[in-house]
Amino acid sequence: MAISRRKFLNLLTIGSAACLTLLTPISAFAAWASDAFNATKPEDAYNNLFGSTDLSDSDEVKLKVPKIAENGGAVPVSVKTNMKNVESISIFVKDNPQPLTATFQIPAGTIPDISTRIRLAQTSTVTAVIKADGKLYSKSQEVKVTIGGCGG
Amino acid sequence: MKVKAKFKNNITSVRVLAKHPMETGRRVNKETGEKIPAKYIQELTCEYDGKVVFVAQFGTAVSQNPYLAFSFEGGKKGDKLNLRWNDNTGDVDKTEAKIK
Repeated sequence: MAISRRKFLNLLTIGSAACLTLLTPISAFAAWASDAFNATKPEDAYNNLFGSTDLSDSDEVKLKVPKIAENGGAVPVSVKTNMKNVESISIFVKDNPQPLTATFQIPAGTIPDISTRIRLAQTSTVTAVIKADGKLYSKSQEVKVTIGGCGG
Repeated sequence: MKVKAKFKNNITSVRVLAKHPMETGRRVNKETGEKIPAKYIQELTCEYDGKVVFVAQFGTAVSQNPYLAFSFEGGKKGDKLNLRWNDNTGDVDKTEAKIK
């Protein structure tokens, strides 16, 4: 079968993308944290991601998430802080099959204020963890879900 | 991937909407009874002026067509941002966005 022009171009893009990825020097940022994402318990996820489960509850971590979510498939979450030297912001959903939902690296100059939308399989506590100056600060809030977001 | 970047008060605010199914790998096709294989964005990065200004790593619990908002100090109207995501199956998408 002859290869179509479109397919050839697609292959080319994929190929060059792969090359670029390989050529780019391993950046300061870690590769996708597979162990942490695949962990099924929050404690394991903390350990895999941060190497510690020592979180201190802090009002400096401002977590904005609805108290009741009608649709667990898209729950808006915002996390921000006024803390200095923030290295990362991570979002955990305690009762999801895999608690670690997303983690964001905050390089110097980037403002520790992010928003996204996440899935909740069921009513659960949502925890935001901010790593600043090498320490972990967290804030949790329960979100009640009327329709789960993980299908099945 | 749709990107809107705005410069104001020396801060560039970026909003991203990536088109992606974000399959968890736990959903079952009701007709065939087979599991729909996982397909989800693992990493999304944003570069400005040759510097990485933002890295997001996602698990399967980020909503379909992920939405993301973040901001960084600096930037300039008319300058370009380079965004890129890759998913667990090796698919990659890249977008250039102009700061407005």
